[in-house]
Amino acid sequence: MSAVEDVVTEAPAVEAVPKRAMTLGFGTSLVMLALLLLVPLFVKNFIIFQLTMLLIYGLAVLALNILTGGSGQFSLGQSAFYAVGAYTSAILMEHADMNYALTLPIAGIICFAFGFLFGQPALRLSGVYLALATFALATAMPQLLKLGFFEHWTGGVQGLVVTKPDAPFGLPMSQDMWLYYFTLAITVGIYVASVNLLRSRSGRAFMAIRDNEIAASAMGVDVALYKTLAFGVSAGITGVAGGLGAIAVQFVAPDGYTITLAISLFLGMVVGGVGWLPGSIVGSAFIIFVPNIAEGISKGLSGAVFGVLLFLVIFLVPHGARQVAMVAQQLIGKLKK
Amino acid sequence: MELFTNQVLAGIATGAIYACMALAVVMIYQAIDHLNFAQGEMAMFSTFISWQMMQWGIPYWGAFVLTLAFSFAGGIVIERLLFKPLAKAPILTNVAGFIALFAIINSVAGLIWDFTIKQYPTPFGSSPFLGSQLISTHQAGMIGVTVLLLILLFFFFQYTRIGLAMRAAASLPESARLVGINTSWMIALGWGMAAAIGSIAGMLIAPVVFLEPNMMGGVLIYGFAAAVLGGLTSPLGAVIGGFLVGIFENLAGTYIPGVGNELKLPIALALIITVLVVKPAGLFGRPIVKRV
Repeated sequence: MSAVEDVVTEAPAVEAVPKRAMTLGFGTSLVMLALLLLVPLFVKNFIIFQLTMLLIYGLAVLALNILTGGSGQFSLGQSAFYAVGAYTSAILMEHADMNYALTLPIAGIICFAFGFLFGQPALRLSGVYLALATFALATAMPQLLKLGFFEHWTGGVQGLVVTKPDAPFGLPMSQDMWLYYFTLAITVGIYVASVNLLRSRSGRAFMAIRDNEIAASAMGVDVALYKTLAFGVSAGITGVAGGLGAIAVQFVAPDGYTITLAISLFLGMVVGGVGWLPGSIVGSAFIIFVPNIAEGISKGLSGAVFGVLLFLVIFLVPHGARQVAMVAQQLIGKLKK
Repeated sequence: MELFTNQVLAGIATGAIYACMALAVVMIYQAIDHLNFAQGEMAMFSTFISWQMMQWGIPYWGAFVLTLAFSFAGGIVIERLLFKPLAKAPILTNVAGFIALFAIINSVAGLIWDFTIKQYPTPFGSSPFLGSQLISTHQAGMIGVTVLLLILLFFFFQYTRIGLAMRAAASLPESARLVGINTSWMIALGWGMAAAIGSIAGMLIAPVVFLEPNMMGGVLIYGFAAAVLGGLTSPLGAVIGGFLVGIFENLAGTYIPGVGNELKLPIALALIITVLVVKPAGLFGRPIVKRV
């Protein structure tokens, strides 16, 4: 036995999480929802836009969380799925004049298929190798989008401009605010669906594979099917997030979907707590706001400040927001007694 | 035919750099079972240090040796300060740590030396090598240094006590501790050596790609690719993988129509995915065996 083999046999990629710890309490969820519903009424349009992006990245982080926290597979390639979703929406809206809301399910389905197919070769890989293969996918994606062959559809290096939708039924709200509530509705829907997915038979199969693949297959779980399925579901949700992102930013271009985005999403998952779905929104807040804060502290050293903040987070709370939430829960429990 | 030989030789020359990076990646992978995503930035920083020393009037080889010492010490300090406390943390946390390190080094280098491209000298000159038009003396020098490095490492690991101790600490940490090896310092030593090897790669490639804070991005990806191709557990494999990736990259760029410079990277990465799918342990690595 060498060290490599030891690691493979003894340490699962993600440590087991008790199932109940994956979600928030019912009361806390309602408070969060109320906050998300009310805040936009009192802030400026730019902040509403940022909140929309917060939800969109939250969705993408959630998707990664299902893949890594649920089925224990790494991915550094989420930006590729995000890009495919964004381009699908943009192309359908601009070339086929389709309604923006209808493009999202199509983006989701196409990304699901893409992720499912990518999951096939990925089946044979685990740990670092899978990280590397997905990393390769994310690095290659911007260059593939720039190819002259697709240029008629994708607009090549220039990208595509997307029109922002107006609020329907003559509702008295700004475009930004309508888009925010639209995104919020989709996010809540997908969040509830994901929680239910992880509680279902398929979710238990994911977690069984994560904890011990061999034991899972001995129990009759179709390992290959569920691993690719996890990839597909994760890619599908990321695709919907990508589509929403394209509508919110009103622009898609190859250089918007580089490996940096994939790394951000990954960091969001780690900061939020791997395998803890509500943490996705915390992680998304980290990747959206912390670079801004870092820039505020020092313009020339923003990268360094970001790195130091990241180190602080992983030193103080290596399990991310989940750890904070658990400590808080225990404290509240003590106060009640 | 001449074009072919030319491209193969040029491929071997760039492959030498990938081989150095891959060696550095494998050194750390052996020590702590993680891929160091900040390896390229560490190498870049060392290269800047050597450049700064030369600006201060220290001759090339003096700066070279001082930089090796600095990188070695720097690697150990980073391990002691930042990654030793994370040894028990989940794998994902470690990856996040590497990314944070990447961001810090890149940004600090940008602040000190700014992002403009700088010329970097070569000690080998750039005249044709041995009168042939195929490769320059610098390219020949890169190949020579890499091969020399590999031979030195081989002797170090095979015939010295400390090399043996490092191998023991990497393959069976607990047993190594029982026979009195300080495994924790062996890991630090691995980091130091990896940083030093990386700095050699940086100083060799700098005359080719020019010196700037983002110069190692592509090189590191190829280094990973080389390490995976050769097998993450084998230093020899890493070097051969490096040469193969270099050759493949150049040939694909020349002969496959429509590839050119733009698609070189995706093509090389596609090669890696293919290798991984067909032979996940790499060409020279030990296959991963699972114990139930």
